[in-house]
Amino acid sequence: MSNKDDILKRYRANVKEKFFDEQSGKTGYDMPDLSDIKATTYSNPLVQFMKMTEMVGGQVLEVDPGRDINALIRELFPDAKEIASNLPEIKIATRNPDTVDCASDLNGTDVGIIRGEFGVAENACVWIPQTMKEKAVCFISENLVILLPKSQIINNMHEAYKRIDFDEEYDGYGVFISGPSKTADIAQVLVMGAQAARSATILLMPE
Amino acid sequence: MSTAHSNAAKEFLKNQTYAKWHDATFWAVRTKRDNMAYGLDEWEQLREKASAIKRHTITHLDEYLDQFATKAEENGCVVHWAKDAHEFNEIVYGILKNHNVKKLVKSKSMLTEECEMNPYLEQHGIEVVETDLGERIIQLKGQAPSHIVMPAIHLNHNDVGELFEEKLGSEKGNHDPTYLTYVARLSLRNEFLTADAGMTGANFGIAETGDIVVCTNEGNADMSTSCPKLHIAAIGLEKIIPNYDCLAVFQRMLCRAGTGQPTTTFTSHFRKARPTANPMHIVLVDNGRSEWIGTPDHWEVLKCIRCGSCMNTCPVYRRSGGYSYSYFIPGPIGINLGMLRNPQKHSGNVSACTLCNSCQSVCPVKVNLGDQIYRWRQQLDKFGTANPQKKMMCKGMSIVYGNENVYNLVTALAHWANLIPSPLINNGLNPWADGHKMMKFPKETFHSLWKKGKVK
Repeated sequence: MSNKDDILKRYRANVKEKFFDEQSGKTGYDMPDLSDIKATTYSNPLVQFMKMTEMVGGQVLEVDPGRDINALIRELFPDAKEIASNLPEIKIATRNPDTVDCASDLNGTDVGIIRGEFGVAENACVWIPQTMKEKAVCFISENLVILLPKSQIINNMHEAYKRIDFDEEYDGYGVFISGPSKTADIAQVLVMGAQAARSATILLMPE
Repeated sequence: MSTAHSNAAKEFLKNQTYAKWHDATFWAVRTKRDNMAYGLDEWEQLREKASAIKRHTITHLDEYLDQFATKAEENGCVVHWAKDAHEFNEIVYGILKNHNVKKLVKSKSMLTEECEMNPYLEQHGIEVVETDLGERIIQLKGQAPSHIVMPAIHLNHNDVGELFEEKLGSEKGNHDPTYLTYVARLSLRNEFLTADAGMTGANFGIAETGDIVVCTNEGNADMSTSCPKLHIAAIGLEKIIPNYDCLAVFQRMLCRAGTGQPTTTFTSHFRKARPTANPMHIVLVDNGRSEWIGTPDHWEVLKCIRCGSCMNTCPVYRRSGGYSYSYFIPGPIGINLGMLRNPQKHSGNVSACTLCNSCQSVCPVKVNLGDQIYRWRQQLDKFGTANPQKKMMCKGMSIVYGNENVYNLVTALAHWANLIPSPLINNGLNPWADGHKMMKFPKETFHSLWKKGKVK
């Protein structure tokens, strides 16, 4: 017998023995109804999202219509030498996560620029499905810039998990990112920039 | 009458400054958790739902495991099943050997601690590098974690500074946490880039999609899986949940309960290997879980999502530290898991509880931790681990409390004990005088005062 069969058989037998209810003929507990969860919503999710982004150590900027996004990123990171992105509107990139030979070639990236699909007001999470060959760009960059459509802010994680989807081409990975990498593992002192990006900037893009 | 736990706690309490800091630090985390919980009107409803989802899932886990494995295989992952710790270690080593792996970077996994995987792999010539900062610190120090979420909480910044001076060549005397974190970042960056494989644990496995979900603040799970060509995920059977709707409930609670943050920085969903890597391997580990489900008094520990909130709030954990417990997971959940693992070996922990039930009041999935500890205590005699002194005292007390006349006589005469000279009674032989002086018995009993109408 395979390990799988062996483990499942033992588990099943123990559940059957201890959780079988003769009256109802059922084994174990029923799945609860989750549709009645009274989840927090916000009168202005965008304002809440911006507040939470700052609370988790991120920066957030509303980009005016017509504003040159490349010039804006240059202004924000005047000293950046290596900029990585595969987004078509980003013209200042010096590296492309789709065309590097291997993920480690992205090391030393000063600014990585990626796209987020939607933001979550309750905790500043931004949903980022993998849309590049090497997802390392999302973590290895010293500073992370996320372009996020301003209209795509939802209330909470219940709504978020109803709508997340993976990319058609890169269908193996997706991540919620909320602010920069952080740690408090040394004496409980909060430090930004543990192993991934040391800063996270959300640029709220107009329609 | 001291237990293994209380003896170990004496060591911890020798450094009073640190002991006070430890207590206050965890109380602050508990307070942050409270602020998060009070910030959501639906918090208690979420706890109800989370508990009910887990009760359902754990009692139907055979079906969900099958669904998860089938889905993960459809996604292109290789799924392994390990009956116990040894088999888990062998499977992982086998995968690494097949891929000619010399160096493995890994994110935090209590399961690999449970299976003692690192020493096994190291014996077989694999270099294992922990990448969670706290785990890395204790790995360099050659220690075990003292908390499941804050593994290096027993060290202060000077301890870490001196360690890094020796192991990572940091500046002498610079013990600033920001600087030290940066030193570790540079060192670990090099490890990520040169490792042949990355390993993660799993906070959740999603039956419907086959996703492995990992929550970190540092981004180390993502770094561990973004550069090396191979990803192995280790997951205990009980971490499987049905679908994304359930995940939403747990994602909202895990970090709020554990560290008092609204979310972890990264909530990563691994469904298959990235396009430039080898297929992803998932190892499902039983190691006792399929037996624990058959223990009516204790199966609910399988609901645990390892947030750590029970130890943060525990008055005994806060005042005795992780190393005072004999099991590698401390605090209320560790007491219970240790007893399921080996009651003879870990009975010394069940006294590390005041039965205040603060743990089960904060547990996001409503594990009845305190109730279970109480039940374990009733069974110590069966395991042969009951304290003989306590047993004798219990027998004595059942005589005194079991008979009204004996009780009245003993309480009426008790004040004669006040005449015994202090050195004879306040000494090491009397466990009641340990840590404080023996009480003075009143001349007149409450019973008698009441009868005479002296009690208003």
